[in-house]
Amino acid sequence: MTLSAILRIALNALRVNKLRSMLTMLGIIIGVAAVITMIAVGRGAQARVQEQIKSLGSNLMILIPGSTTSSGVRLGAGALQTLTEDDAWAIQRDIPEIQAAAPVIQGSAQLIAGNVNWSTRLYGVSPEYFEAREWTISSGRLFDASDMSGAPKIAVIGQTTAQQLFGDEDPVDQVIRVRNVPVTIVGLLARKGQSMLGQDQDDAIFMPIATARNRVLGQTQGRLRRVGSISIKVRPGADMKFAEERVRELMRQRHRLQAGQEDSFTIRNLTEILQAQEASSRVMTLLLAAVASVSLLVGGIGIMNIMLVSVTERTREIGLRMAVGARAKDILKQFLVEAVTLSLIGGLIGVALGLAGSLAVGQLSGWRITLSAGSIVLAVGFAAAIGVFFGYYPARKASRLLPIEALRYE
Amino acid sequence: MAALIETRELAKEYVMGTNHVRALRGVSVSIDAGAFVAIMGPSGSGKSTFMNLLGCLDSPSAGDYFLAGDNVARLTGDALAAIRNRRIGFVFQQFNLLARTSALENVQLPLLYAGASAEERRTRAEERLREVGLGDRMDHHPAQLSGGQQQRVAIARALVNDPLLILADEPTGALDTVTSVELMALLQALNRAGKTIVVVTHEHDIAAFASRIITFRDGHVLEDRANAARDAAQLLTTLVREEEAPA
Repeated sequence: MTLSAILRIALNALRVNKLRSMLTMLGIIIGVAAVITMIAVGRGAQARVQEQIKSLGSNLMILIPGSTTSSGVRLGAGALQTLTEDDAWAIQRDIPEIQAAAPVIQGSAQLIAGNVNWSTRLYGVSPEYFEAREWTISSGRLFDASDMSGAPKIAVIGQTTAQQLFGDEDPVDQVIRVRNVPVTIVGLLARKGQSMLGQDQDDAIFMPIATARNRVLGQTQGRLRRVGSISIKVRPGADMKFAEERVRELMRQRHRLQAGQEDSFTIRNLTEILQAQEASSRVMTLLLAAVASVSLLVGGIGIMNIMLVSVTERTREIGLRMAVGARAKDILKQFLVEAVTLSLIGGLIGVALGLAGSLAVGQLSGWRITLSAGSIVLAVGFAAAIGVFFGYYPARKASRLLPIEALRYE
Repeated sequence: MAALIETRELAKEYVMGTNHVRALRGVSVSIDAGAFVAIMGPSGSGKSTFMNLLGCLDSPSAGDYFLAGDNVARLTGDALAAIRNRRIGFVFQQFNLLARTSALENVQLPLLYAGASAEERRTRAEERLREVGLGDRMDHHPAQLSGGQQQRVAIARALVNDPLLILADEPTGALDTVTSVELMALLQALNRAGKTIVVVTHEHDIAAFASRIITFRDGHVLEDRANAARDAAQLLTTLVREEEAPA
């Protein structure tokens, strides 16, 4: 007996009981649709976190000044300006695990270009900053080592700022006024998107740190050259935790902290936070998929139930088929194919529904949805496996009937 | 003529709960190819058991059964299925047609398990349906056919694999008198064309159409005699005339 002949018998049997077949499939349909939707939602969340990690720059730590207690009043983080440019250079120089350490000072500034003005965040940075953030240029150039001496009046700007000041015009070589200081724009940064807090990272202007401090922000020009924070990039492959400890040690040493004394700075390991987030969203995806597959399992049990009913109902048919020459394995195949057909058709409908459901969830909630061929193949394969698994017992039961007893069955 | 069927001391025992039922207690019967045999007897006589054994639907507890020279008494499972498929055609009291399936597809069923191609299945099934006079009803479902027509579909199905033996178990049990005689006329015609036919019945009127009558009682052969068979086709013409007369 050919497979196509068996398949035709199966489809015929399913067509005869349309409503029952549909209801039986429902379990599989819901299960497959749920698995696909849940995986799409979970993967979407994961992809978002991964993107944030990428935009942050991988292996990034930020060193910020610590808090202080002044006559019993504890001030918040960053209240103390304890970090200096020299700390940054020392970290870069003395710790081999560190690829780049960039001192950063920040403030805000009103920018004027012709008759347009725009308020944005101003960062004084060293060239290492862009290396640490893995931030590339889209036109013009970044700072280099020579820009670090003499406080040249140059700047690079983000995409949003450029858009606000110049529209679609190329901002490179334009001169703008930053707090009334004329500054030449030498570079336009590539688009970076939102930060993990939802801040537009492209709305910013960057200047060499000396320029920002001496000419624009006008902070103390003391010998120490204090900075707001230090962005640190750990070499790829190096252990983040270990690098963090090395930085802590070095900083305690440089700040002459006694054993037992609190750190005068804080190290924020941003990448690690995001990775933890990613891990939790991965666990969430797994959990959702696991819950959804329970309904697949229930669907499978539904198939077994209906197949058992069907075998009992069709006992005489089985007896007749045996009388005219069907072998036990022909009967086994017939009922197995019927069960698998049920689950496969259910699976395919479930895929369609799952895709539609994923898109609908994406539209309605605004969550990011990531559809993957893998999850579809997995769900359909799982559905077919369920058909075989739960169809086997009823099919075997049918094939083991004795012809005379089956023929006589009322 | 060579014996198509030969049983030697064929016996069958069942266990029903705690009871041993000796349904068949050593039956030796020989049936020639081309014979038309009726098997009679009251219920519990063992005639149905004998029929199931002849049809290879069941295996004997003891004894031998030679079908066309081969001993099939010890065969099991797939081997018996192959014999049922190729050598035996069944006709049942309740027709046993597949519901919601056309006459044509019902007749094709044995060919399906014989592994015939779709085209061969179709042509042979069409041929058989025309032979039993249902050439114009091939696409009808059993529910759309009368009892006599359904039984003729069943006969076409029994014939489709060109078997040595047609086994009919109370074939007229669900039919009225005229239709019954029509059916027996069809079986007689098939017999004249060379088919060996064994009919199980408890009605003397039906057994009268056979040329040999074997009567069972308590698992034994009580009587085995030749019979001057009535011609069903001839009887049919008188029956039809009688029916028309009062009208």
